[in-house]
Amino acid sequence: MPQEIERQYKEILKQYVTRQTEQNLYAGQNFSRQLIQKNIAPDEVISIHKVALEEAFPELPMVVWNSFDLLIEMMIRYGLAHAEHQSLLKKQEELKVEMDLAANVQSTLLKTTVPQVDGLEIGLVSVPARNMNGDYIYFLSDNLNNAGVAVSDVIGKGIPAALCMSMIKYGMDSLQDAATDPKKVLDVINRIVEKSVDDDMFISMFYGRYNVEESIFTYATAGHEPALYYNAKQGEFSELHAKGLLLGVVANVSYEQHAVTMETGDFVVMMTDGVTECRTDEGFIEPEIIMSLIHSLRDETAQTIVDTVFKELEKMQNFELRDDFTLVIFKKTS
Amino acid sequence: MNIQVIIKEEENLIRGFISGEIDAFTAPILREKLATVQQKENLHTELDMSEVSYMDSTGLGVIVAFFKNVNANNGHVKLTGLSPRLKRLFDITGLGEIMDIETDDKGGNI
Repeated sequence: MPQEIERQYKEILKQYVTRQTEQNLYAGQNFSRQLIQKNIAPDEVISIHKVALEEAFPELPMVVWNSFDLLIEMMIRYGLAHAEHQSLLKKQEELKVEMDLAANVQSTLLKTTVPQVDGLEIGLVSVPARNMNGDYIYFLSDNLNNAGVAVSDVIGKGIPAALCMSMIKYGMDSLQDAATDPKKVLDVINRIVEKSVDDDMFISMFYGRYNVEESIFTYATAGHEPALYYNAKQGEFSELHAKGLLLGVVANVSYEQHAVTMETGDFVVMMTDGVTECRTDEGFIEPEIIMSLIHSLRDETAQTIVDTVFKELEKMQNFELRDDFTLVIFKKTS
Repeated sequence: MNIQVIIKEEENLIRGFISGEIDAFTAPILREKLATVQQKENLHTELDMSEVSYMDSTGLGVIVAFFKNVNANNGHVKLTGLSPRLKRLFDITGLGEIMDIETDDKGGNI
């Protein structure tokens, strides 16, 4: 193979030295691409050049040949740097594979089941912007009287965020009772998180619980985007606000809790800032646009609403999500 | 996507001027700059954010970490010049309740 390379190079060199055209230069450029592909080090390239020159112009003075030896010596470092670069590329490839594996483990580990209770439809879409999702959804339900959902956004992305989520999951698992008050849920998780996370990491969470017998939706929030409540009779949206600090900032926080009675056709839209902070090249997508979009879909099933909203917003952003996108809808159907 | 951070130290007051966008790309720069502030007892700090056009949750994380650090030494952090959009971010997250915040319209503290 090296002989073949030497032969080819000799030809290119001869052509260039006699004619010096753009085309010959271009041939050289293309050839260097081949050399890189074959992992030929820079010092080897100069050796090849020297050999080719010796054969074509043996009469050149000794100083020229000597100078090449110095140059070859100097290029050895570049060769090593190049080799290092190659091995880094390979390592990066390996890391990517591991990240993909971790993302798989994450989705298996954090799996949660959508509750099934009478008279309530639940729609869910959660799409990560990159391969690890920073949004986390957890359902807590007895599949009879109570359906609860935690919609959370871990600030601080990537692997630390993923680890943080398993912490939330096991905290939630420990609650067991689906009738637990939302403010109590947030209090428990806050205590766990506050002890365990870095200073610049925290979590926002909205917790809502629907009670089947009374048709009441009870909620509390820890620094999360307010949910939207759609009142079917009035055909209007309102924001579900409650005071409450982000999880993980201070140890003792008392969370406010409120409740709304749901009528048939009413629904609650819970989301993360990947929805409200949608940006296009022209600026933010205004909340009114999102609301009118949801309003136009109000008679669809909860799952159709979230899927369609996601598709539309993705389109508006040129199919390029900047942040993880999560949308959950609780819709009372009877 | 650019950020500028200037820190000025006066007697017992640190003034920071932040301008640009604070997002996942620029937040590390802000974190680094704020880390140069020498933490000591009763440190008073003021961050002027009137030239901040956008901040996301990553940026919020940097501000909270700084706030926690200064607070741990009985210091004080004041944020000034917040745009309505930024103010909303602090209100939603509940941070507006525990931090000293002044909005752009020269309104009172919250």
